[in-house]
Amino acid sequence: MLQYIVKRVLVAIPTLILVSMISFLTITLPPGDYMDSIVAQLAASGQIAAKDELDSMRARYGLDQPVYVQYWKWISGIVLRGDWGESFQWGRPVTTVIGDRMWLTIAISFITLLFTWALAIPIGIYSATHQYSFFDHLFTTFGFIGVATPNFLLALILIYVAFAWFDTGVVGLFSPEYVSAPWSFGKVLDFLKHVWVAIVVIGMSGTAGLIRVMRANLLDELHKPYVITARAKGLTERRLLVKYPVRVAINPFVSTIGWTLPALFSGTTIVAIVLGLPTSGPTFLQALMQQDMYLAGSFVLILSVLTVIGTLISDVLLAWVDPRIRLESKQQ
Amino acid sequence: MTTIDETKPIEPVEQDSAVVEEKIYTASQWQLMRMRFLKHKPAVIGGSIVILLYTVAILCDFLAPYTLEYRDSNYSWAPPQRIRWVDSEGQFHLRPFVYGLTETRDPETWRTTFTADPKQIFPVKLLAKGEPYKFWGLWETDVHLIGPAEPGGTLYMLGTDRLGRDLLSRIIYGSRISLSIGLIGVLLSLLLGATLGGISGYYGGIADMLIQRVVELLRSVPDIPLWMALSAALPPTLSPIKVYFGITVILSAIGWTGLARVVRGKFMSLREEDFVMAARLAGANERRIIFQHLMPSFLSHIIVTVTLAIPGMILGETALSFLGLGLRPPVVSWGVLLKDAQQVQTLAHQPWLLVPAFAVIVTVLCFNFVGDGLRDAADPYSR
Repeated sequence: MLQYIVKRVLVAIPTLILVSMISFLTITLPPGDYMDSIVAQLAASGQIAAKDELDSMRARYGLDQPVYVQYWKWISGIVLRGDWGESFQWGRPVTTVIGDRMWLTIAISFITLLFTWALAIPIGIYSATHQYSFFDHLFTTFGFIGVATPNFLLALILIYVAFAWFDTGVVGLFSPEYVSAPWSFGKVLDFLKHVWVAIVVIGMSGTAGLIRVMRANLLDELHKPYVITARAKGLTERRLLVKYPVRVAINPFVSTIGWTLPALFSGTTIVAIVLGLPTSGPTFLQALMQQDMYLAGSFVLILSVLTVIGTLISDVLLAWVDPRIRLESKQQ
Repeated sequence: MTTIDETKPIEPVEQDSAVVEEKIYTASQWQLMRMRFLKHKPAVIGGSIVILLYTVAILCDFLAPYTLEYRDSNYSWAPPQRIRWVDSEGQFHLRPFVYGLTETRDPETWRTTFTADPKQIFPVKLLAKGEPYKFWGLWETDVHLIGPAEPGGTLYMLGTDRLGRDLLSRIIYGSRISLSIGLIGVLLSLLLGATLGGISGYYGGIADMLIQRVVELLRSVPDIPLWMALSAALPPTLSPIKVYFGITVILSAIGWTGLARVVRGKFMSLREEDFVMAARLAGANERRIIFQHLMPSFLSHIIVTVTLAIPGMILGETALSFLGLGLRPPVVSWGVLLKDAQQVQTLAHQPWLLVPAFAVIVTVLCFNFVGDGLRDAADPYSR
C-alpha cells in the first residue's frame, strides 16, 4: 500500500510542474501586458502615461524579461517563499485578494460534492432496484435534462423563478448586514441559508450524471450469480443489497473524483459569476479582463493543483477500497 | 418515416422467427447498427430534432421573419406576440393574426411597457414580403416564411430586445454559429485526437507515454477556467471570423483528449487481434492494416464519441460568449443572446430573453439522446 502511494505521488510531481507552466503560459499569452491596459485606461480619461514611468514599472514587475525568467521568478517565489506576487489591479499581494475567496470556493465545491453523493447514491439504488417503475422513469428523465442543462443557465432560470414567483433574490452568499462582518455563528447560519441555491445549481448536472452511473453499475451487479446465491441462502433483500452489490457499484464514485473535481471547479467558477457569489469566479473573470496576470495565473494554478491533489487522494482511496488495483500496480 | 418499417422484421411477434434470424445473420455490420439505432426511440426522435435544427440553421435567412440587421426602435423590449385565430369577441378568423402593441409608460418609474391591444388586428401570412435579403448570399429576395401580411404590422413571436430586434429571428440566425461551432470544433479535435491517439495506441512506447501524460494533464485542469484564460488572450481587435476560429481552436485544443483516449484504447485492444496478425503475415503494410483492417472496426465508436463531444463544444461556446470572453456582437450566437439576460433586473421584466437558453438545452439534450442510441448501436454483436 505504502509503495503504491509513494509511486502515485511521484507520478503527480511532473504533472504539477506542467500544470504550473500551463497556468503561467495562458496568462502571458495575451498580447500586451497590464501596463498597456493602464495606458488604455488613462487614454480613455484623456491622459497620457509617461513612458519612463511605465518602463520603470515594467522593470519592477519583471515584465520586460523573457517568459522563462518571469516564470522562474513567479514559481520560485510561490514554492520557496510563499510569495504569489502582487495583484496590479488591487495593489495588494495576491494571497490577501485570493485568501477568503479561495476558501469559499473550496468549501462550496466540497459541500456540493457531498450533496451530489448524498442524493445520487440512494436515488441510483432506488432506480436500479425498481427498474422501469414510474419513479425510475422520472429520475431518468430528470437525469437527461440535468445533464443537458448547463449550470449557469439553470442559475439564470432560478434567478428568474425566485424573482417572479417568490419575489426574493437568490443572488449572493450573505445577507447585506453580514457581507463584511467577521465570521460568527450568525454569519455561518446566514451562509447556510444562502449557500443551498449555489449547491443545487452547481450540483445538479453532477447529480444527474452520477445517478445514471450508479443505476447502470448496480444493474450490472444485480444480475450476477453471487447475488442469486446470497438470496438463495436467505439473506434479507436489504442486507443483501447494501452488503454486496452496492459496495461494488460505489467504487466508480471514488474513481470518478478525477473528473468530478475539475467539473465542480468549472461549475463553481461560472455559477459564481452569474449568482454573484463572493468566491473566486467573479474575481478571476475581472482579473482576466484586466490582464492582471499574477492574480489570474494564481487562480488557474490553485484550481489545477487542487484537482491534481484531489485525483491523487481518490486514487489512493480507491486502492485502499479495492485490493485489485493495489495488486495490479505491484505486478507491473 | 419509411425507414422505421425496416425494423419490423426483427420483432418476433409479427414475423416467422426463422425469417428474422436469417435476416439478422445475413445483415452487414452497418445494417445491424441501423436496426439497433432505430429501436432506440429517444435517439430517433432526438436525431430528427437535430436534423431539423441544422435545417433551420441552413435556411435561416428564409425562416427568420426579420433580417439580422432589422431593428424597430419603436418596439424596444416588446413582449412576445401570440398568433391567434379567435379574437376578443370570440369570432373566428380564417387568417391568423396578432394583436398590435400599445405603449404605456409607468408614471413612477418611467419604464415603458407594451400591452396587447385587442382592437388592433394585424393578419399574419406565410411567404410574406418583408425585409430584403440575399438568400445564401446568392439570390436577392424579400420573401420570408412567415411575416406580417400588411405593412405596419409587426410579428415578434418571441418579443424583442433592447434595440427592438426580433428575438426569434436572432435565435434562428444564432443557430448558424452555435450549431456550426460544435461541428467544426469536433472536426478539429477529431483530427488531433485520432492522430495522436492512433500514434499512441499503435506504436506504444515513449510516444504513448508522452501523449498519455499530456492527455492526463489536460484532463486534470478544470476546463472552464482554462477556456476563459485562453479566450481572454484573443486580442479584442480580431475580426469576428478570426474570433470564431480562435474560439473553435481553443475549445478543440482541450477537447481532443477524450477522442484520443477512445482511439488509443481501440488500437491497443485491436492490434493484438488475430486478424491483424493475419493481415501482417499476408504482407499488408502499416497503412493498409490501419485503414483497411483497423479503422472499420472502431469507426462506430469514434462516431459515438464525436456525437457526445458536440454538445460539450456548444456549451463551451455558449458559456464563453455569455461571460463576454467568446464571440461578441455583432456576431450572433445563443451565448451572445444570453448575455443580455445576465442582469436580474432585465430578466425580471423581460423574461423572454431567456428563450435562447431553451434552444441550447434542447440541442444538447437531443445530441445526448442520439449519442446514447449510437452507443447502444455501435457494438451490434454484443448481447
